Amino acid sequence: MILVFAERSDDELFRQALAFAHGLRDDVRAVGIDDSGGYSPDGCGAALARLVSEREPRAVLAPGTDRGNEVLAHVAAMLDLPMAANCTSATLGEPLTLTRVRWGGSLLEEARLHGSPALLTVAPHAVTAVDESADVELVPAATDARVRVSERVETVTAGVSLADADVVVSGGRGVGSAEGFAVIEELAELLGAAVGCSRAVTSAGWRPHTDQVGQTGTKISPSLYIACGISGATQHMAGCKGAKKLMAINPDNEASIFASADYAVIGDLHEVVPAISAEIRKTRGAG
Amino acid sequence: MNVLVCVKRVPLTGGKIVLTDDERAISTRHLGFTVSPHEECGAEEAVRLIEQHGGSSTVLTLGPPEAEEQLRDMMALGIDRAVHLVTDGSNEWDPQATATAIVEAIEAQPDPPDLILFGNESADAGNYQVAIRVAHKLGLPVVTGVKGITIENDLSVRLEQEVPGGRDVYVVPMPAVVTVKEGLNLPRYPSVPGRLRAKRKPLETSTPDRPQPKLEMVKLTLPPGSGKQTEVLGNGAEAAPAVVDVLSELGLV
Repeated sequence: MILVFAERSDDELFRQALAFAHGLRDDVRAVGIDDSGGYSPDGCGAALARLVSEREPRAVLAPGTDRGNEVLAHVAAMLDLPMAANCTSATLGEPLTLTRVRWGGSLLEEARLHGSPALLTVAPHAVTAVDESADVELVPAATDARVRVSERVETVTAGVSLADADVVVSGGRGVGSAEGFAVIEELAELLGAAVGCSRAVTSAGWRPHTDQVGQTGTKISPSLYIACGISGATQHMAGCKGAKKLMAINPDNEASIFASADYAVIGDLHEVVPAISAEIRKTRGAG
Repeated sequence: MNVLVCVKRVPLTGGKIVLTDDERAISTRHLGFTVSPHEECGAEEAVRLIEQHGGSSTVLTLGPPEAEEQLRDMMALGIDRAVHLVTDGSNEWDPQATATAIVEAIEAQPDPPDLILFGNESADAGNYQVAIRVAHKLGLPVVTGVKGITIENDLSVRLEQEVPGGRDVYVVPMPAVVTVKEGLNLPRYPSVPGRLRAKRKPLETSTPDRPQPKLEMVKLTLPPGSGKQTEVLGNGAEAAPAVVDVLSELGLV
């Protein structure tokens, strides 16, 4: 039997974990932890570890979300078992063989996992989700947890949120300064887009970290991503590989971002971006 | 208070990753090295906490002899001392072995840390588990993905974790293990005097034995390319009409 931890912060990723489990074995059970008393990572981990001891599954899976990875790591620590995070495929056997992502998806690792049950989290968007969610059996969280959420502070975000935006316009080192982002903001406003940036920009303090698209920032999946003055380091591409269309504007025609781009403009963003904004106004005015 | 921060030496990857001939590592012939971005914020936070509350900060790494460079970098930021668990660099340590070695080193410290900081996940392997294993072995509470740390009094710490739509707050007693994410703070650039001082700060080394890995890396592969056909829309400002044509096709103009 394969046990799937029903971490439901993202239903599609949970259904992807179910699909991954069905690829291993037909007998799949989904288990959720009732944490109505407040989320507790070690409380969820202890409840899951107890189920593992009682039911002896062949493998325990969780979606590769923050909490999926966190809770399964608690199970792994409690049972002193190996765990592989963000797997894209696995084959049962002695030992189990698997492929997992490194560097936010820029590299794949083939590995063997020596231990049973196998503890695996499923990399987001590695497999196609099952259409229908499974029945989820709810078990109580352990009561002797040491760590529990005590308070939720809601944040009010003005404008389009980066993670959910349909169009994102980003600037990189090529923008040159915090003030330089005026042209990026202007184009974003014309397109109803969110403004993003690369890690070079947040490290320089030109934009807040909440604007960062990347492996250590926000992962985005807009229908159009316009990257201005961004070279395309793996750190950045790990955050924007979910974009359906990528338009890159860069003066260096050798920039690695062009390898992933659908549309390329060779040029300095400080000339190209204002010209695009002007052209949009002209077109709309004419219409 | 005593704060200990764990870091990992990783290559500064550019736009294209090239593997070594044996396909077990990234070719670093043309690359520099750094620590994982989350960990750099962990080191900055350790320095700020000690500036505020007094005490001592320690940076710890498990890595090859060359990882001394990263320990000196962190001491240039203001960390007081370093612990280097030296490996031969030829084989990776899996998360269980890494956690065991770190626990042994922490238990050998003369002054036990009140706060043990890690990055939420390493930039390279991204296993998301070493800190949680260390916490269980030491019998300490652990909170992950933290973007706000406030010492409430000598006994407890308030931790904020970003979640969709807001922040979850945890208050845990110290000593505690905390994993942090980039955005917690903006790390300072090390000053020249800071770099000079870092050369003279104490660094203790030991060479733990590497057990057989239970998560055993066999080889690395590059994911298939995007296979995209790139359409060049033009050069400079003259490309604007072609760009707007594309935006129109996409229904944006």
